[in-house]
Amino acid sequence: MIGITSYGGYIPRLRMNRGTIYGANAWMAPGLIAFASGERSMCNWDEDSLTMAVEASMDCINGMDKDKIDLAYVASLTFPFLDRQNAGILSTALNLKESVESADFSSSMRAGASALLAGLNALKSGDYENVLVAAGDRRISKMAYLPELWYGDGAAALLLGSDNVIAEFKGAYTITDDFVDHFHGANQRFDYNWEERWIRDEGFNKIVPKAIKGLLDKVGVEGKDIARFVMPCIFPRVVAGIGAKFGIEADKVHDNMHNVCGETGTAHSLVMLVSALQEAKPGDKILYAAFGQGCTAILFEVTKDIGKLNGRAGIQGALAERKEEGNYIKFLTYRELVIQDWGMRAEADWKTALTTLYRNKKRILGMVGGKCTKCGTAQFPKMDVCVNPDCGAIKSQEDLEFANQPGKVKTYTGDLLTYTLDPPAHYGMVEFENGGRSMFDFTDYDIGQIDVGLPVKMVFRIRNIDKERGFTQYIWKAKPILKKEEA
Amino acid sequence: MAEGIRDKVAILGMGCTKFGERWESGPENLIVEAFEECLQDAGIDKNEIQAAWFGTCYDEIGTGKAALGLPGVLRLPYIPVTRVENMCATGTEAFRGAAYAVASGACDIALALGVEKLKDTGYGGLPAIDSHSGSLNGQVMPNMSAPGAFAQLASAYRAKHNIKKEDLKRAIGMVSVKSHDNGAKNPKAHLRRPTTIEQVLASPIIADPLGLFDCCGVSDGSACAIVTTPEIAKSLGKTDLVTIKALQLSVSNGQEAGYKDWDGSYFATTRQASKRAYEEAGIKKPRDEINMVELHDCFSITEFVTYEDIYISPEGGAMKDVMDGFYNADGKVPAQIDGGLKCFGHPIGASGLRMIYEMYLQLLGRAEDRQLKDPKFGLTHNLGGFPFQNVSAISIVGRYN
Repeated sequence: MIGITSYGGYIPRLRMNRGTIYGANAWMAPGLIAFASGERSMCNWDEDSLTMAVEASMDCINGMDKDKIDLAYVASLTFPFLDRQNAGILSTALNLKESVESADFSSSMRAGASALLAGLNALKSGDYENVLVAAGDRRISKMAYLPELWYGDGAAALLLGSDNVIAEFKGAYTITDDFVDHFHGANQRFDYNWEERWIRDEGFNKIVPKAIKGLLDKVGVEGKDIARFVMPCIFPRVVAGIGAKFGIEADKVHDNMHNVCGETGTAHSLVMLVSALQEAKPGDKILYAAFGQGCTAILFEVTKDIGKLNGRAGIQGALAERKEEGNYIKFLTYRELVIQDWGMRAEADWKTALTTLYRNKKRILGMVGGKCTKCGTAQFPKMDVCVNPDCGAIKSQEDLEFANQPGKVKTYTGDLLTYTLDPPAHYGMVEFENGGRSMFDFTDYDIGQIDVGLPVKMVFRIRNIDKERGFTQYIWKAKPILKKEEA
Repeated sequence: MAEGIRDKVAILGMGCTKFGERWESGPENLIVEAFEECLQDAGIDKNEIQAAWFGTCYDEIGTGKAALGLPGVLRLPYIPVTRVENMCATGTEAFRGAAYAVASGACDIALALGVEKLKDTGYGGLPAIDSHSGSLNGQVMPNMSAPGAFAQLASAYRAKHNIKKEDLKRAIGMVSVKSHDNGAKNPKAHLRRPTTIEQVLASPIIADPLGLFDCCGVSDGSACAIVTTPEIAKSLGKTDLVTIKALQLSVSNGQEAGYKDWDGSYFATTRQASKRAYEEAGIKKPRDEINMVELHDCFSITEFVTYEDIYISPEGGAMKDVMDGFYNADGKVPAQIDGGLKCFGHPIGASGLRMIYEMYLQLLGRAEDRQLKDPKFGLTHNLGGFPFQNVSAISIVGRYN
């Protein structure tokens, strides 16, 4: 049996009420009211599609043996790099083994589903044993454009394998059809969308049923047996209508999450699938479909092992960690849609020395420190000479991952002088419970929340973006742990 | 311990520019201004200087790399000149270089000069650190400003001593009020207005909990010293001598930043350097024997914790001493009697020498309105870098017995 063995999810903590966006734009675009209900997720300034994919993956592989992952796929429409493998950055961030095979999937809303299916097919081939599939998107639209309201930011990750399968892969069927509901031309900043009514009538309503029929015929399952129908679509009634054609009851249609986070790009089918898995019972048949220049439909059957998988936030846990952002200008700022004067300190040149980054990639991207084999002292960073003054052994340290080490704030400040897109910049010393300490930026905090002794966890975030050269530099930062997570 | 250099080196003369926003002067002008005063005070000819140490931190601003920025301005006669840079301890490092040269017998008369022209950068505060800080630091460290780095001392000090935020804020505010009172009396200071605790507490926050008035000024300036042996000084007709009692430096090895001992509330380096300095100077009870201190008050909290790190206030006792006025001009151990970095600003290369300049004036009874009664030992202190990883310099000067 092959299928899904674990899941993880990530939705940024910040949420913007669509009424806030509508309120700022109604003077010129009153028609936006049609989509102005609920809220959408929005990345903090230091999040992008890749950091979210890493967070979802951290959630997914929590407690798993990472060294058994031999294939890693990442899907996104908004990768930070066009030429630098994003799955390679993710693999380094997760500290996967060097011999992992990796690839990026992009260029279609269906890319997340394509990565999932490619991962399942790789397992089927027998050449791979454990496959990580992650997807994240942070799409940007013009102001006052409908997608600004219906897009959201988020990520999901799935681990595929043949041991402890929680949802068995039963079969897949794909239609490829160059139906252009929207496109994003090379060197353009924004998507361009066609009329929704046409997308509904000629796109979803004609293409999706072909894929579903092909799948159900192939696996010999009837629509009435489907426990959950998972397909992103901004029009819930369209999904219900397609389901009805196959005898899928309306209450089996999985919520498109428009009200709680919005459509998270090519990640969204996986985001919804993770959300569905979090509610699933053994025996449930999940019909998963993703639309985009055709349609890919996959059938899963949930196993009894789903009850054994725990300790994951998933999409539901991520949704629960929520902070409303009421400032639309901040939303625009984080998406580089407005021009502000950030002062002279913002002019500093952040060119990344690639030689240095490569030598230090485990430290910087992987949060790997050291543990002295002579005295046992855990330390970050790992350096040639042990930091323990009573030891001082040379080249005595083995790798020690710090990304999952619990820590506490030792010193901190909130700095209004230095440049950050989220002033005041909070940073300080974090001490890890099992040894090791270092200076880190804090992120995803409330003003006044950081204090000496506050428990924190480490998250993968953007350090800075060298806009001159288009290079995003990543680093691990400390994030306050919510009380419920302490329990 | 080695016997050290106590009383082996005398200060023959010193000079110091007016510090401030010296829009009209480049570093090349400030150097000459400090040097002219120094040379006149020393009473020698420029060509009698046999070696020089030149301190600047930002070679990007005005002076350039290597030592060429000094002899080219003063037209020194092809003597050896070395440029030193050790962050905020740079000025004291120049002084140490010259003093060691004299103490070793390598030369008879040496010059130490520090300068910084901060106001050519366009910044309020020190310029932003970017990829020039090294190819790795910029990739791994938070984008810290100087106040943000030092403000963290307050968070740890409060946690350690269980002090309320507003109580510590008031105490460090008093540190600034005291320095402004002193600086108001100093014609060479940049900021010369007395202030009140209410003004300090109401000043805008820069890096929590430090407000604008917890931060030192940003200024241009230069200071210098000519040093020689006490014997040569006497032979040149000097009768009232100020000699170096101790020069010590301690540099972090990463232990505070990476190991478990340090609690974030003090300077491990300063404790080491001051202990060694007292030993070199033969001082047993610093609280009783040291008569005045010029500390590195880049921020009020830095000065506050340093009171304890130089073993003048007992650990946890800085608050009481501050509130008692122990460090005020009329207190037991006046601190920043010239106004400190608070009122002089911090042209980095010059600061250490500016502090020694004030001690020198006080010891010779030349401090005019600020003159303390009969001081015997003065201590100066510099702290460069960050609380968790830094360079700390201590010097002690005093009257030659």
